[in-house]
Formats: sequence, structure tokens, C-alpha cells
Amino acid sequence: MFSNRLNKLTKSVALAALIGTGFTTAVFSQSAEEKGFEIAARSDRSDTGFESSEVNAVMTLTNSAGRTTTRELYFKTLERENEDVGDKSLTVFETPRDVQGTALLSHAKILEADDQWLYLPALKRVKRISSANKSGPFVGSEFAFEDFTSTELNKYEYSYVGEDTFDGMAVDVVERKPRYENSGYVRQVSLIDQEVFQVRKIDFYDRKNSLLKTLTLSDYREYEGGVWRAHLLTMENHQTGKSTSIQYGDYAFKTGLADNDFVKGVLRRIR
Amino acid sequence: MASTPAMGGDFDVGASVGTELRTFFEDGTLPGQFDTFQPSLQLEGDVRWQSDSGEWDLVLVPYARLDGQDDRRTHFDMREAFLRWSGDEWTFRAGLAKVFWGVAESRHLVDIINQYDTVEDIDEEDKLGQPMVEISTIQDWGQITGYVMPFFRKRTFVGRDGRLRFNGIIDNDLARFGEGDERNADVDFALRYSHYIGDWDIGLSFFHGASREPRLLASSQPDLLAPFYDDITQFGVDLQYTKDAWLWKFEGIIRETPFETFAAAVGGFEYSFYGITDDGADLGVLMEYQYDGRSEDFFEAAPTIADNDLFVGARLAMNDSQDTDFLGGVVTDLDDGSMSGLVEASTRIGDFWVVELESRFFVNVDNQNLLSVFRNDSNVTLRVTRYF
Repeated sequence: MFSNRLNKLTKSVALAALIGTGFTTAVFSQSAEEKGFEIAARSDRSDTGFESSEVNAVMTLTNSAGRTTTRELYFKTLERENEDVGDKSLTVFETPRDVQGTALLSHAKILEADDQWLYLPALKRVKRISSANKSGPFVGSEFAFEDFTSTELNKYEYSYVGEDTFDGMAVDVVERKPRYENSGYVRQVSLIDQEVFQVRKIDFYDRKNSLLKTLTLSDYREYEGGVWRAHLLTMENHQTGKSTSIQYGDYAFKTGLADNDFVKGVLRRIR
Repeated sequence: MASTPAMGGDFDVGASVGTELRTFFEDGTLPGQFDTFQPSLQLEGDVRWQSDSGEWDLVLVPYARLDGQDDRRTHFDMREAFLRWSGDEWTFRAGLAKVFWGVAESRHLVDIINQYDTVEDIDEEDKLGQPMVEISTIQDWGQITGYVMPFFRKRTFVGRDGRLRFNGIIDNDLARFGEGDERNADVDFALRYSHYIGDWDIGLSFFHGASREPRLLASSQPDLLAPFYDDITQFGVDLQYTKDAWLWKFEGIIRETPFETFAAAVGGFEYSFYGITDDGADLGVLMEYQYDGRSEDFFEAAPTIADNDLFVGARLAMNDSQDTDFLGGVVTDLDDGSMSGLVEASTRIGDFWVVELESRFFVNVDNQNLLSVFRNDSNVTLRVTRYF
């Protein structure tokens, strides 16, 4: 973060020197972009060093008539501290029974397309799939693929909007715009609390700039090393009336996962 | 789905029961064949145990079909029954297992480990469990797997009553191997390398042993055919290039048999249109060309219909909570215009039921084409499966 800001400062100084005016304002007033990035980065980096995590989850899909179906799944994640490459993740379905063992392996990139493989246990088949489908629904839920796979800091450009209160907390309001291709969103507005710097709510605006969905992140718990995780995510679709919640179990961190646990060859061992 | 700690480790027990009705549009033309309805029942168990350390696991998947029309389609198999040890870099397993190699959709050319259970379906997606010892290692430079297969599984064939059969009844009691032996005395070997580099996924394979595809020879009994499983050596390569919404696929083999050495290939693309409806359905279009250079003489080579054929298909995934999807495709013989096609639809009802509709049809079939034996076998299958 520091070096990034330093870079921007250096550029500003150079520019100001070149033009020969406005030296003080260029150096000491922070632009909305810089402040937005700083807040987002502080939030994103608050869990730096978690190394790896494993967690079970129950996804509940509710249609507009209020009928629900559930899916049980687990996530394994491998942190890559270099912010120019993304994390690696493995998502495995345990229910419904007919898709038990179906798995998605993802190597996130920043601006290039992610590498993704799907495992189909009935055929024992590993299939490389296109990751161009960012905005499509993830297993029929109100979460899009990009809501899971595009959480990297540098996948967005940021802009500070202001301060607000949410659920009794003082929050910063930061707007972010996807820098990667094929996003279904023109922008997202996130609320980040000022105490432990976690994302509490995100409004998603579709390509026509209408409010599409709202994600609420709650039941935050602190783990060892000051790592915070939300244990209830609720995504509400304002245009269809459908919603999806994900209830997470207890996270396990630093579980000894390594790069070898996130290659396509391990998919065959799942089921 | 019970996960109970018993005698250490983790047990998981599941099962499914499927009820199926296959309906043929036209009466059978071969002596003994039934005419219209083929009801049957599918039963599958699934028992898994994993040690507390996660290093050891045991898998048992028994499967049975009870068919109302064809005695030969009524059968039992252990799809999987193996013990496995998994370390960080090495995996070892012994027992009956299923393996899939390859990337193509319309033909599985390089995929050679398992025998096909063709009484289930003719789409080469149902396999018999292969007895094997498998050793695999995952390294930075990819995965290498070695297979030693001490026992051979004969292909399953429909009986006299069955539809989708050749003019003669293929009788495994008449099976021959190698130099004409009644038993396959040899041990089969295979080696597989698999990796990815950027947008490319690459697989290389080697197999030496008894061919899973038999030649079909006349026997001393006029209405019976004898399957002959030749000793073969086969090299295979499979490639996929994934870019944006495009998947480009290629599989090729070179096979040496006692009669010839030939090449075969399948290649093409899959392109997806994402979000074609407001609810986010995807439409994929597929095209693959199939080539096979083997001899057309039945005495020299196992018969294939995929010698110079074009597959065109489409897949519609609704991406709804019931995982509803549709698949349709037609394979056209570019020499004589004979066509075989399929349409499949599948959806989940509630959390435990899956309903599938599958149709296979044969149209414009030339009298000289291999498919002509299936000319009257166009059918539709309704399957309802309950998962436990």
C-alpha cells in the first residue's frame, strides 16, 4: 500500500514540478480515487497472511414465491500474497446427492481470464471450462461467478464516496468499478466499517446502471491473527425478488494446503 | 448421506434407485427382438470410508440393472471397489476403478482404460470397473500415472431379445484373445501424462494390452458372432485450448494391431453464448469432425461408424436451482449421409429426485452403413431416479 501511494505521490510531484504550479495541493490533498483505494486495500489486506482456509457452508436458495432449496458445499482457499496474482480455490458440492462431488477449481488472475476446471464425478471427467461467464448465476443462485471469483483488490478501480452509518456502525462508502472483462456490473457500492475495516454491504448495479442486487455480510467473527470472516452472506435480487444466503461453519486457517492441492489432478480424488 | 464416526475415520453411505422406460418407435426386425416397451430398474450403492488422517480411503460402488425384456441387460457390476493412499505428491490405488481421459464430446478416442458397458447405452459413457494397480504422482511439471491391469473385462452385449443389436448375437463365451486363446493371459499396461500450460491443457497416453474394442467374427453357429480382442499398442494425444468462450479440442491416436497400424482423430470446438435469457441461461454450440483410418474389413478391424463423420450439437443450461439442461446433437456420415442423433433433457425435482428424458434416433441410414442394423431402433427413454 505504502509503495503504491508513494508512486502516486512521486508522479504527482513530478507532474507538479513540470507544470510549476499547484505543488502543495497536488501533494497534500488526496484524490477520491486514492482514498477509495486506500480504504479498500486496508480492508482487503486485513487478512493478509491467512495462508489457507477450509470451511463448510450451506447455501439456501429462495425463489420469489418463498420456496427454498439448499446445497451443502465446502471451500478450500490458498492465499497468494502477491497482489498481482489471485488466490487459488476449490469448491466442492456435497448435496444435492445427484451432484455430490462436483467440484470447481479456480486459479484467479487479476485482469486476464481465470483458469477454471470442472470435475464431473459420474464420468470421472475433469473439464477445463471457460471463465468468460463472469455474470452467469453460480449453480442457480443469486450469486454470479464473479461474486466468488473476483474478490481480488486489483480487479477494481475505486472511488471514495463519503461516510455513512450502517447497522449502528460508522462506515466508509467506496464505489468500485470492475477492470476485468465480461462483468455484469457497471459499478458496485460497498460499505466498509471504520473499526475493523470489513465489508458490510455491497450494492451491485447492472450494465444499465440499475440496482440489481444487494449483498449483506454479517455475523463477523475474529480468528487468530486478526483475521475476520463473515459467517452469513445474503444476496438479494431486487429485480426478481429471489435471494440466496450462505451460512458458513467455523473456518480453519493454515491447514497445510499447498499449490499441489490446487492442481487439476487432485480433482479425481474427490469422488 | 449418513456421516457417522464408526471404528475410526469417516463413513459415508449413499444409494440411488432409477426406474426407466425405454420406448421404441418401430417394431424390432431381427428374430427374437421385442417390439416397443423396455422397462428396467437401476440400483447403485455408494460406500466410502476415509481415515482420520485423510491419507487412506476405501470406495465401493456396486451397480445392478434389472431389465424387463433382455436377460443380457440384467447384470451386476462393481463400478468401483478400491483402496487408495494419497500423499502430497504420490497416490496409490488398487482395486476396480473408473478412469476418464480426453476432451472431446462426440467420441472418446484416447479413453481406453475401462471397458464399455454397452448394454446400458451405446453412447460410450457407461463403463465397467477395471481391475488395476494405479500409481500417480503430481509434480510441478504435471501428473504422471501408471496403470497395471492384470484382468480383462469383456464388453457387454445385448441378448437375442434386445434392441440396438447386430444381426448376429455377440457371445462372450466365444471370445478370443491374442493368438486365438480363450483367455487373456497377458497383463495390460498404460501410462498417462497430463498437464496445463496457460490456456492449453495437454494429455499424452500409452497403452499396451488387449483392445477394448473387439473384432466381430462369424462362428460355427450361424447366428452367433465371436468377439476377438486383439493385442494392441496405442499412443494417444489430447489437447484443449481455452480462450474466452471458445474451447478448441483435439484427440488423436495411433494404434498398432496384428493387422495394421492406423490413425484416428476427433477435433472441433465448443462455443458458449452466456446469459441468453434474463435468468442467465447459457447456450453452447458444438462441432466436431471424426476421422478413423482403420480397415473397413471386419476380419481385420473392429467396426466403427466414426470414420468420416461430422457432429453438430447444442447444449442449453438453464442455470436454475434444479440444474435443468438440454443437449441435442446429430452425427452425419459424410460419405453416405446416414445420421444418428440424440436429444437429452434433465432436471431435479426437490432435493432427491432427478427426471431425465433421452432420445436416440437414426435417420436417412444407408443400407451399406453400419448403422443400418439400428435403422428401426429409434427410441425415447424416460428415467426417474431417487437419491438417498
